[in-house]
Amino acid sequence: MIVRISGEAQYRLADGETARLNELENALVSAVEGGREEGFEECFGKLLDYVRERGTPVPDDELEGSDLILPPGDLTFAEAGREFTGEGLIPD
Amino acid sequence: MAGLTGRLSTVVKAKVSKLLDRAEDPAETLDYSYQRQVEQLQNVKKGIADVVTAKKRLQMQESSLQQSVVKLDTQARQAVSQGKEDLARTALERKNVAQTELQSLDTQVSELEAQQEKLTDSEKQLRAKIEAFRTKKEVIKAQYSAAEAQVRISEAATGVGEQMADVGLAMQRAVDKTENMKARADAVSELEQAGTFDDLTALGSGEDDIDQQLKQLSSKSAVDDELAKMKGEIGQGGADAAQIPAGDAKQPSESGQA
Repeated sequence: MIVRISGEAQYRLADGETARLNELENALVSAVEGGREEGFEECFGKLLDYVRERGTPVPDDELEGSDLILPPGDLTFAEAGREFTGEGLIPD
Repeated sequence: MAGLTGRLSTVVKAKVSKLLDRAEDPAETLDYSYQRQVEQLQNVKKGIADVVTAKKRLQMQESSLQQSVVKLDTQARQAVSQGKEDLARTALERKNVAQTELQSLDTQVSELEAQQEKLTDSEKQLRAKIEAFRTKKEVIKAQYSAAEAQVRISEAATGVGEQMADVGLAMQRAVDKTENMKARADAVSELEQAGTFDDLTALGSGEDDIDQQLKQLSSKSAVDDELAKMKGEIGQGGADAAQIPAGDAKQPSESGQA
């Protein structure tokens, strides 16, 4: 599968990584919903690092769509909260 | 993944498919897409130029504030040596405000530096993808039937479209950050224009509104400490120091001038 970290790059990950990614994201979501800013920073950092470490960067001249797009690394806690309330990072 | 990440993926995909809906004829779709991509690349270049301009403005403001800090420090020392404690206090309060602004400007300049770097990387990625698309579009036009071509176009355009949406997001974030900084920079400009950091001797005696406001802005204890320190230093110089006329005082090489 191909995962993009927004504002950074696309990475190709083995399909078997999906379960772990899901786990990491669930932890992230629960930190944001629980209003735990430190937990959010830790979980989000872990999720991005996992993709960077386990993935291979997709060359710039390859035209592939991503299966998953992660928010940019400088996402703030407040922005993460807005993602859930529907405003989102990109206006619809 | 329905949470944070799923939403962003969905929105980007919707944007990409909107791009592809435009034309019936595959060749037309290809050329239209390519044209849009080149336009977007121009926008990114303009976005980077805006960030650079904002950064330069902040840097100019920094250097003018740095000069004010040195000047106010000198004036405070002169005032102390002449026994004018009130004037010294006012100068130190203003210096304190200028220094706080300087620190904040420093952070903002680094932030803009990071935005500039990110946008430059994104622009490079987008340029590479557009170039790959240009090559691919000629192959698709030459080799495939209309039905097959639609599929190939959609594949190729997805990759570029996603990159475009992503650069768009990065630009929006950079613009938002720059706007916040502009507002702050404007506030500092207003202080400067009001003469806040100007020559205190030109103000005459008595406090004006600015002084009242500055007292609230600057940290009282920091000003008290610095004033006490200055008095100690200058007091050691003995009676001679008090004889130095305003504007002629030697500038002591103390740390507080940074």
